[in-house]
Amino acid sequence: MSTMVKYEEKPLKIVGTRPIRPDGVDKVTGRARFAADYSLPGQLIGKVLRSPHAHARIKSVDTTAAQSLPGVKAVVTRDDFADMPSEFAAAGELTINFRDVTRNMMAREKVLYDGHPVAAVAAISESIAREALKLIKVEYEVLPHVIDVVEAMKPDAPLLHEEQFTDGVTPKPDKPSNIAKRLVFARGDLEAGFKQADIVVEREFNTKPVHQGYIEPQACLASASEDGQVELWTGTQGHFVFRAQCAKVLQMDVGKLRVVPTELGGGFGGKNNIYTEPLAIALSRKSHRPVKMVMTREEVFRATGPTSGANVKVKIGCTKDGRIIAAEAELNFQAGAFAGSSVGMACPCTFTRYDIDNVKVVGHDVTVNRPKVAAYRAPGAPIIVFGVESVIDELAKTLGIDPIEFRLKNAAKEGTQTYYGPKLGPIGYIETLNKAKAHPHYSAPLGLNQGRGIATGFWFNIGMETSSRLNVNEDGTVTLIMGTVDVAGGSRASMAMMVAEELGIAYDRVRPVIGDTTTLGFNFITAGSRGTFAGGMAAVLSARQAIERLRQRVAQIREVALEDVLWKDGSAVPAPGSAKQFTPMSLVEIARMAGKTGGSISGQSEINAQGAGPGFCTHIVDVEVDKQTGAVKILRYTIVQDVGKAIHPAYVEGQMQGAAVQGIGWSLNEEYFYGADGVLQNPGFLDYRVPVASDVPYIDTVIVEVPNPNHPYGVRGCGEVSIIPPIAAISNAINNAMGVRLRSQPMSPPVVLKALGEAAGGKSKG
Amino acid sequence: MYFLITLLGSMEIGEKMSEMRYEAPKTLDAAVALLAGANGRARILAGGTDVVIQMRSGRIEPELLVDLKGIPEMMAIAAENGGFRFGAAVSGLDLIEHKALANAWPGVIDSVNLIGSLQVRARASVGGNLCNASPAADSVPALIAAGARVSIVGPKGKRDAPVEEIPTGPGKTSLAKGEIVVSFLLPKRPAHSGDAYLRFTPRTEMDIAVVGAGVNLTLDGGGICREARVCLGAVADRALLVPEAAAALIGSKVDAPALDRMAAAASAACRPIDDKRGTREFRIKVAGVMARRAAELALTRARGN
Amino acid sequence: MAKNRVSATVNGDAVEFLCETQQTLLDVLRDELRLTGTKEGCGTGDCGACSVTVDGRLMCSCLMLGVEAQGKSIKTIEGMANGEALHPLQRKFLEHAALQCGVCTPGMLIAARSLLERNPDPTEQEVRYGLAGNLCRCTGYHKIVEAVLDAAREMRGA
Repeated sequence: MSTMVKYEEKPLKIVGTRPIRPDGVDKVTGRARFAADYSLPGQLIGKVLRSPHAHARIKSVDTTAAQSLPGVKAVVTRDDFADMPSEFAAAGELTINFRDVTRNMMAREKVLYDGHPVAAVAAISESIAREALKLIKVEYEVLPHVIDVVEAMKPDAPLLHEEQFTDGVTPKPDKPSNIAKRLVFARGDLEAGFKQADIVVEREFNTKPVHQGYIEPQACLASASEDGQVELWTGTQGHFVFRAQCAKVLQMDVGKLRVVPTELGGGFGGKNNIYTEPLAIALSRKSHRPVKMVMTREEVFRATGPTSGANVKVKIGCTKDGRIIAAEAELNFQAGAFAGSSVGMACPCTFTRYDIDNVKVVGHDVTVNRPKVAAYRAPGAPIIVFGVESVIDELAKTLGIDPIEFRLKNAAKEGTQTYYGPKLGPIGYIETLNKAKAHPHYSAPLGLNQGRGIATGFWFNIGMETSSRLNVNEDGTVTLIMGTVDVAGGSRASMAMMVAEELGIAYDRVRPVIGDTTTLGFNFITAGSRGTFAGGMAAVLSARQAIERLRQRVAQIREVALEDVLWKDGSAVPAPGSAKQFTPMSLVEIARMAGKTGGSISGQSEINAQGAGPGFCTHIVDVEVDKQTGAVKILRYTIVQDVGKAIHPAYVEGQMQGAAVQGIGWSLNEEYFYGADGVLQNPGFLDYRVPVASDVPYIDTVIVEVPNPNHPYGVRGCGEVSIIPPIAAISNAINNAMGVRLRSQPMSPPVVLKALGEAAGGKSKG
Repeated sequence: MYFLITLLGSMEIGEKMSEMRYEAPKTLDAAVALLAGANGRARILAGGTDVVIQMRSGRIEPELLVDLKGIPEMMAIAAENGGFRFGAAVSGLDLIEHKALANAWPGVIDSVNLIGSLQVRARASVGGNLCNASPAADSVPALIAAGARVSIVGPKGKRDAPVEEIPTGPGKTSLAKGEIVVSFLLPKRPAHSGDAYLRFTPRTEMDIAVVGAGVNLTLDGGGICREARVCLGAVADRALLVPEAAAALIGSKVDAPALDRMAAAASAACRPIDDKRGTREFRIKVAGVMARRAAELALTRARGN
Repeated sequence: MAKNRVSATVNGDAVEFLCETQQTLLDVLRDELRLTGTKEGCGTGDCGACSVTVDGRLMCSCLMLGVEAQGKSIKTIEGMANGEALHPLQRKFLEHAALQCGVCTPGMLIAARSLLERNPDPTEQEVRYGLAGNLCRCTGYHKIVEAVLDAAREMRGA
């Protein structure tokens, strides 16, 4: 059974204002506690030994010397963990297979990427732990490796998994393959569609993996008791999902593992997965002491999930007047060492901004010798949208139609049938296009070597399992306990605002906290822009149940029927027109008497939220290209995004701005460099170049509010969609400035300069 | 027996770690003596912005760290023979904030100002930038273009040398074991002269030079270039002094044809590698561009002097 | 064993600690002095999350050894507010929503204070370059720059 709560338009006092987030003061004073800030008496420091090879069979692991080093209290290897059969589960936007989870946290038969864990130690100090790692002898049989997706798809490519046969093709293949899965989404008659088209453009694009780049490296602290109880403090986007995964791979009861989510230092999808947590628990079990593990930045880059690198092909046909008739795409996504890339999310995002009768999208999930990919903000969508929005731009240019006008001619709207299943409900895509077109940025003059680009994005947004509890305290203040981690966007503030609005009390009378796994029922991970949508729905339902109970108390105290008691502005008042009049009672008064009238008052909700409203956005970017060096400077950037309802507009703007700047980094300078040996060359922030403050301009934001009918305040979710358009928008702007069309990412200076040189030599097309 | 050997080996390692010794001598003699007496791996610590990272990553495991920041000669900035002498351990920020030096050698200061972030410049020293011997070090091409010399002490006494003779390859220098670079001497700045250093990086800040170019030139009263030095960074295994590029400027008014010839000579001299910071092809092209832009800036400065 | 004994001043308080030579100032602050407000984002001086001031100079505490702190005066985020009164930068960061996850925030605030001490009336570009040593992955920098400019205005009394 699923839950949807109808949107009601009503006058708002708190929702839509900009109060200070409840976690704010602790974050500006250094008091906020992140995972690496926790310590326990007697704790050990755990470190991981990682593979120096991209692909090798492990012949032996000898930990004798390490175990004998004074100060070393425990060592674990593959022998300390049970093998797991294939069993799938959801973790964020991506699906995981426990057989792979256990192999990713600790290599078993083979190491599959540079950085793959092969052993872990716990010692009384970090320096001793590091020394111990050097004493572990691992014998490898180095195997040929493959890191490129196109290479990996070839029949004779080095094979990562001997037991992996391509899923989704019939008949079942008789040879194993790096292609883990083939997905097809189709609608209409593609061939007939292309025949009707006046022009058809078909292009190929290549992108590299990029990292989420959260500033806080993964960290955790585990304490296992002799009775089998375990406590785990960790930085996670979903502590219930981490509990489930750890319990599974460690073969323990879920109820024996208590996971406390610490303040989270950024995730963006990258903290949906367990890495060192089960190792820390295993080391703690073995050493009988708490074990703390903090990754170095190098470990973060070598071994935690980036998003996929990809090869994609896009073909779109349209009529002379700019109506898209048919569209086809092939998405070949790197999954990293284990199957399960974001290609399944990217396929539906490929063309869903447009109303097209004939569509076919084919996706391939391909294993390569790189770290297993993780979700990254609108997983997969930016990659394919780079291709599609570039081709759209090319079509519009060829036809001489303004790029926003071209999109308006084809824009999806309420009632549009998607090719992946549902018909779209009320959406704000056209509104974002119209507002972008009317924005002064769109008509501002451009200088020499400057250009302007447009691109748009669609993201589903999701609901899922969510629970919350609201306690009315004895003085009338309210504690809101939530199970959806505030992944930094400020969802604690927005949920407290919705609850305060419901209860009719001041925002600062509500204290929102994230409860650990013992305080609430299961909550899905904070992913897919579900936090304020699903968490907010649960919080509102908890508040409504509390209001119901508050009214019951007043009915009891005043000796009137429940229907004669109305909740208004923080008080129980007589219902209008009711014969039974009584003196109103405020929340504070009811709370003070709660002990005498039946005990404390609370509300709670356990839901599976459905009815998430898709989010759309339109981006405008101006760039300037240095013709002599290929450097691209972002001059101006404007985002127009439909968020349904901005509960806290400043935090919504923050999501849009942060997403766009991640997108700018993705577009221009972020990439992994691997040597011919498959070893990562740039595992640090010096050469993995995320944007610094002086690389970017102000990011202007325009919030569009087309309410989601399935959320009490109309919320859609806002965190992800704005990372989708930047790569395409910037490429389109470079084309507008210089006439060259870049079809690979990053558009770094060497790439741009080379393209400019080729264009000057007459070799450019498009 | 095997177990025993392992245990002994382990204890040795444990002991070695706790024995990483830190010394902060107050005189050069004491520093030289410490380095000479070190029975194995000794490392000099100045700003530490390279050494601390290398220690942490396990790339180096020194037994002795000799911190030179307590030695007056290493930390002084003073006028000398119309030029400036500054200690090799002076922080980048102290150099940048030295008004007279910054006025005389703006190109050198520009190069120091590009090293790392503000946070890094508060610690990083020019001596460290030189002795770390990264081909991409920003201050080195600027100092070479400026004609700077270093003063060195070691077990065999004192000597001095032009900056370009110190780096010999990535991570390698011509310094003998136990030698310390004590100070740099920037010569007297002639009339109508100017220097500049520019580099190319993908980001605006917090980056390592993909190409760096230092140019120092002197004009005569008629605006003709009489002396020039052009030095490129990150385009070879060490900073590259390019006499052919300088020759293209000398005798000219540093006009467009001269700059074209200079840029071509700069590009022609490059022997770079493909790596995470740039492609060979890109470095060769952009070396000319950067050298040209640096020469234009140096020219503007020379005309203003 | 052979640890170094160091005396220094942290946020105005005299402190004494023992450290291994290879322990950085950041390690000492977090693990020995339990001042965990200073964060480690990279350990290589490339992100600025560990920014502190040492004798008034802005530095990455991950690039300095604990043993080098002998006799020095160190200021960290824990010493930024004056009792109940937040520093204007702290207040403006809250008002402008200039923080999200909060890991870069302590270093960003220390760097911003240092910037405004050197330049009380910076332009937008000067703020951006002044904070270029501090990575933020959440905000896109927009609201941080606004908050610093607004704090500067208030601190100048403009």
